[in-house]
This record gives sequence, structure tokens and C-alpha cells, in this order.
Amino acid sequence: MTAVKEKRTVDVPVPSDGEFQSENILTVKNLEIYYGEKRAVNGISMDIEKNSVTALIGPSGCGKSTFLRSINRMNDLIPGARAAGEILYEDLNILSENINVTALRKEIGMVFQKPNPFPKSIYDNITHALKFAGIRKKSMLDEMVEESLRKAALWDEVKDRLDRSALSLSGGQQQRLCIARTIAMKPTVILLDEPSSALDPISNAKVEDLIVDLKKDYSIVIVTHNMQQASRISDKTAFFLSGDLVEYDKTEKIFTNPSVTKTEEYISGRFG
Amino acid sequence: MFMNTRSNFDQSLKELKSLQLKMADEAQTAIKNAMRALLNQDLGLAKKIIDGDNVIDDLEYEIHEKALMLIARQSPVAKDLRRLHVALSASSEVERLGDIAVNIAKSAVHIGNEKHVKELIDIPNMMEMALEMVTESITSFYSEDIELAKKCAAKDDQVDQMFGNLVKELLTYIPQNPDFTNQIIQLAFVCRYIERIADHSTNIAENVVYLETGKRYNLND
Repeated sequence: MTAVKEKRTVDVPVPSDGEFQSENILTVKNLEIYYGEKRAVNGISMDIEKNSVTALIGPSGCGKSTFLRSINRMNDLIPGARAAGEILYEDLNILSENINVTALRKEIGMVFQKPNPFPKSIYDNITHALKFAGIRKKSMLDEMVEESLRKAALWDEVKDRLDRSALSLSGGQQQRLCIARTIAMKPTVILLDEPSSALDPISNAKVEDLIVDLKKDYSIVIVTHNMQQASRISDKTAFFLSGDLVEYDKTEKIFTNPSVTKTEEYISGRFG
Repeated sequence: MFMNTRSNFDQSLKELKSLQLKMADEAQTAIKNAMRALLNQDLGLAKKIIDGDNVIDDLEYEIHEKALMLIARQSPVAKDLRRLHVALSASSEVERLGDIAVNIAKSAVHIGNEKHVKELIDIPNMMEMALEMVTESITSFYSEDIELAKKCAAKDDQVDQMFGNLVKELLTYIPQNPDFTNQIIQLAFVCRYIERIADHSTNIAENVVYLETGKRYNLND
């Protein structure tokens, strides 16, 4: 976590008024991702819209999670992984070598499949990274904890026990805490990698409601194996197969009348 | 790498389609028998059609139950979902065909054994065309054949024209044959029922186009 303290070598622009001129938050151009010699993503191009939920779907091994992880350079942690092409975030290529990856990950946050709260109090889970980022003032931290937990629809459930261990929360609450932890860093993009696949139906429904609610303030990209989830919460859906982006369109189009036969076969459960 | 899945769901869809075809077959038979009852003044046959309509109604109910169950339990999307929508929609059209057979049979009963005011030639001709449309719409549904569906719908205008001409002609008989007014009105009703058969067939054909393309077409235009 010490990297958070590093000075940013390249500033990732933060919109001063929260507004971008472009409707797209990310533009992907000819993105190829390799694990050693094996190519996992075959030169995909797509725009990701601002303040919307974009779902990435496809069978296991299709490249969707690899693509998601490349958006905040999580693949850097995998030996032998490399990428070619561009992912433009406010006209800055995320894949450039001179990007400050730590700063990037503050603005493009990620939530994983399995809730992974720190073995600390609920309060400390939120403030941990904030303190490393240099925020020390108690009143400011209190305010950010409340704001993040409110945005993650968790405040009312935990406000009286912020000092309790995060591990005492249910799976669904832990996942919303992880989302709150991401929100606290004031990101612009939130990447979600199957965020509710380990949750019970009620917790899943709460996380889904939360995701739809969050798009007011953030741009969300979600990988999901749950077709119904993709159809319920996303605005656009991208179907990946064997490293190719097969079809990318409005979710209502993908789930009612997709243009590509393979997409139809996949979403209707005919293969995968 | 990938395996074919959902064989149970596919089997259920096949069973649903078989039920739809069985229902369509029942409705077609009822219409043909109703026409025969009218032409031959076979009141026994007419009553049998009136009493037998519940078979078609029961099939519609069964189709609706199965389709709704598949929607609830199988979460269909895209063409699967349209297929179930069409099962619900088209079966209601076919149920109306069954009702029309009953209406024609009732007209036959109303006319009874009264001698026909004229030899019935044009009405059976019109019925023949409407029944062709029923057959084509059902066949296009079975084979998911858009071109046949369009061919079927194209005949609707001809049936409409026949209907207009026939009713006009029938009404001219009333002044000369006032004692046959009831019969003439019943025959005009029958013309109207046949015209509705063509409309329902067109609606089934539109469902076929929707099933295949995902787009709504008004084939009557």
C-alpha cells in the first residue's frame, strides 16, 4: 500500500466539475493481451460509456476478466502478462509505461468476486487507504466513512457498530463494504469482477440495486456469468468468445434480438 | 470446447409447438365442419361443433400454462422468449378461430332447414380462400417460413374485397325476399366471420415474422 503515497508521475486527469465532454469514459483500441505466448484478447475495440453499467459476458476463458483487469492494470501483477493497443482514459493511454498505476487504481477501482475486507473494523476498512493517501483529520475521515457507506447502501445497517470487525458482517454486507472502500477513494470508474456470485439471493439483489444506483456518480464495468444479472442491471453488454469481442450493443438489444448467432446461442444457454 | 445444453428446455419447446399444431388442427376441422353444416343444413353437426369448442379452449389454456411455466422457470431470452410470446399470442388467435367455427355453426342453427334464398357458391369460395390462409399461416408457423407467412397475409385484401361484394349482394335480396331477412342477415354474419378468419390468419403470419426477425410487421398494410 506504500505505493499510494508515491507522487504521481503522470497525472490522470480528474474532472474538476465531475463532467466530461465526451460521453465515453474509456476508449479501447485494438487491445491485445498476452499471457506469455498465449494471446487471451485478440485486438478488441470498444467505447465504454460514462455513467452507465457495461456488462462483459462470455464463457470461461473468453478473455472478459483479462480485459477487465487490464483496465486498471491488474494484469501487471501476473508474470508474463503484456498488452498491446490502447485503453484511453481521458485521452491518456492506461497501458503506457509511464502511468502511475497506483494513482490509476484510485480512479479506476476494482471489486472482486469474493468479498475481501481487511481483518479490521468497518471504520478502518474505509479509512485505511485514505490515511495512506494522507488524509488524517478525524472529522474528514468520519465524513468520508459515512458518505461511502451511505453510497454503498450499508450505512443504516452498520452505523452503530463501526468499530466492530468487518469480518462479523454477512457476505453481502462485506461485499458492499468493499464497494464502499472503493468509493471512498473517489474513483470515476468501478470495475466489478463477478461481485455477487458468492452471495445469497437477497444480498445479490441489494448489490444489484446498488450498482444501478451507483451509475449516477460512476461508470461501471462488470464481469458476470449470470445472464439475468447482466440483463437486469447493465445498459450495454459485450459478448466475448475465445478472446474476440463478438458483439457489443445495448443490453436490451443483446437480450431480445442479438445480431450474431453465437451471442444468441450463448445468452440462451445453448453453449458455454 | 463447448457443449450443447438445454436439451430439456428444447424438448419442452417442441412439445409446446406440437400442442399448438394440435390446437390449430382442431380449429381448422371445426371451421370446415361448420361450413359443411351450413351448406348441408346439418343441424346435428352444427350442434356438435358448438358443444366441442371446449376442446380448443382447453388446449389454449394448456398452452398458456406451459408457456408461462417455461418463462418462469427457464428464463428465456431472445428467440426463445419470442417463441413463448408467440405461443401465447398465436394460440389466442387460434382460439378465436374456434369461436368463429361456433358462430358459423350457430348461424346454421338459426337458418335451420329453411330453403336457402340462393345457391351458396360465393360464400364457400370465400371460405376456401380463408382456409387456405389458415393452412398457410399454420404451415409458416410450423416451418418458421417468413415468405409463406407473407404470401398468406397478401391474400387478406382479396378476402376483404370478397366480403364487401358479398354483403352488398346479399342485402339486395332483402327487398325481394322479405321473408328471408333473418337468413340473409345470418349469411351476412357468416361472411363477416370468414373475413375474421382471414384476419386471424394474418395475425398468426405476423407472429411468424416477429418470431423470426424480432420486428413487428403489419402485414395488412
